[in-house]
Amino acid sequence: MRGDLLADPVEGLDEALAAVDAFDGALVAGLLRPGAAQAAAVAGLAEAVAGTPLAARVAEAAERAAAGAAGEDHFVALAAARSALLGSVHDALAQRIDEAVGRPAPGVESSPVVAGEKSAPTAAGPEHGANLLAAARSWLCDLARSGWRGIDHELVSGAAPVVSAMLPDPGLRRRATLLDGFAAELAASCPGATLERVPVRRWADLWSRGLLLTVPGSAGERSDGSVTGRLLPLGVDVQEHATAVQAQVHAVFEPADGGAPRLVRAGVSAPKPDTVVGAGLWQLLRPRMSLLGAVSEGRSMELDAMPVTAEGDLVWDDERARAGEPADPFATARVRLSAATAAPVAPLDRHPVRIAVPVLLEGYAAHSEEGGLAFDLAGRPLAVDTDRIPAAGPLTPEAVAASHACVGLLRWDAGEFLLQPLAVETTVRKKTVAVHAGAWAGGTTDKAGVRAEKAATDAVAVLRERAGRLLRK
Amino acid sequence: MGVGALSVWEQSSTARVMAPARPRKLAKVPFVELADGRLQGVVSSGSDIGRVYVSSVAARSYAFACSTNNNRPCGGARGMFCKHIQALVAEAVLQYGAERVARGLAVDPPDGEPDAQSLTAAMTATRPVKDDSSAAAQVFSRFLRHLAYLELAPVTSPLPEMQWFPPTRAVA
Repeated sequence: MRGDLLADPVEGLDEALAAVDAFDGALVAGLLRPGAAQAAAVAGLAEAVAGTPLAARVAEAAERAAAGAAGEDHFVALAAARSALLGSVHDALAQRIDEAVGRPAPGVESSPVVAGEKSAPTAAGPEHGANLLAAARSWLCDLARSGWRGIDHELVSGAAPVVSAMLPDPGLRRRATLLDGFAAELAASCPGATLERVPVRRWADLWSRGLLLTVPGSAGERSDGSVTGRLLPLGVDVQEHATAVQAQVHAVFEPADGGAPRLVRAGVSAPKPDTVVGAGLWQLLRPRMSLLGAVSEGRSMELDAMPVTAEGDLVWDDERARAGEPADPFATARVRLSAATAAPVAPLDRHPVRIAVPVLLEGYAAHSEEGGLAFDLAGRPLAVDTDRIPAAGPLTPEAVAASHACVGLLRWDAGEFLLQPLAVETTVRKKTVAVHAGAWAGGTTDKAGVRAEKAATDAVAVLRERAGRLLRK
Repeated sequence: MGVGALSVWEQSSTARVMAPARPRKLAKVPFVELADGRLQGVVSSGSDIGRVYVSSVAARSYAFACSTNNNRPCGGARGMFCKHIQALVAEAVLQYGAERVARGLAVDPPDGEPDAQSLTAAMTATRPVKDDSSAAAQVFSRFLRHLAYLELAPVTSPLPEMQWFPPTRAVA
């Protein structure tokens, strides 16, 4: 990989992000009674998309917002403009990564369904849950008016009934999970007036994402038929907030018909009580996806007509998968990764946070500095995000620091590229040993792992006992 | 507006705002939360497995309340924190860390590292009064809502928004 390309500035990035930052700053104080600086920031956002099809709607929205008179449609238009800017940032960064990694560009032509952007998200007619989407939108618009400095418990708790009503409906799970995680952070930060610091870009991200998802049809996955062939796992990426968890297995898929290998993901997610943590996360997810067991055992899986989205996400069904031959993720990464093509990213999902490109790094020097760990790639440091390594697993920041090969996800946040380790190879007594972040996904015999599993089992047993006794009365 | 002067944390899409709950044994206190300007939760009765106590302490005033899920007042919580409230504070410190509990309740931590004992002592020293406007029904329904999360089935369709929620190894 060419570390120099990752360290070079990306043209136009600072300008796009400056417009985003200014708008995000306006949300800190809120748009109920905007001052001159806020009016300028909103106008700047409109100016930044002046050459796009959004121009007229955003210009009108900016004008109304500057006067403190923005309605819901205006806030949606502003969120769309902000997302468009970050979409352009995403595209520039993704292109830079393709150059640095030397991977074939996204396979636009490999996927016939995607070729026509017309294959619109699933629901074209009136989507169910329209009243809930309207309620979510109204809450998010109230947030924009009050600003992060103006939040209080009463305002934030307005999300709870919406989330509770959405969660049981799998079709609304995406929205519910986002709003739930966002509202919990806001609640923990009340009252906003006394906050020491505000996560300015993050909350503006979550706000605009939530708002766009209230547009009917925005959250449908575009199906791309199904795939048959061999799945070779690379590693597991875990995401969690207080009341939800998702595990995504990144893998190389080899079609049975001999077509080109593809980069795919297979994810499983679940809502959870906030006291279910660590190994408890694996316990919730494990029964729903046999792939987690295969990952722990270091096996491939044979897929038979597994549904896949146009973005390269397998929609996992245990009935369509069976355990295959042993497969070492490092061997997969060394032999297959460079030829595997990635699926294109859905237009709405183009945001830098979505960047997670599987890479294999070897022959680096690891440096620990005050700020954290970095891999030196031919003289250019690449920061290593060890904070993302899940606690319920054998991989530790120390093992990463002592490693000589690493399978990870290349990401970008707050102005720099980062490497999230999924697995490393280290040398122990002159032998190469691989340590995987997701090694406990399917279960473990590791002593610390067994202890963590036991604690998690006990916690869930108590909650289920309490639920059984109290919930259905 | 601090345009152009944002720190790295402020510019991060994945800035960690809350540390995850620390694992703890749930048998005695199955539910605790810092919410609505209170420390509140549910404490299992030591003698009757069908009974739980709903307990709370308000931030700043430390006004306290404790009653059963059937709305009977707790006998121990007349003039002082009862054992349920003490257990609630202790478990909250395990789950969130003493510092976050101190901040949530607006307790001035006494000298040195605050812990459950010193927080309880600091609050009782102010002679808090009983909170008659008890929020027991509301807290209990939040507990039931919390339990209901276990009943929701996992899904395998992708949740792209979870990219905003990476894990953290930091503890509360």
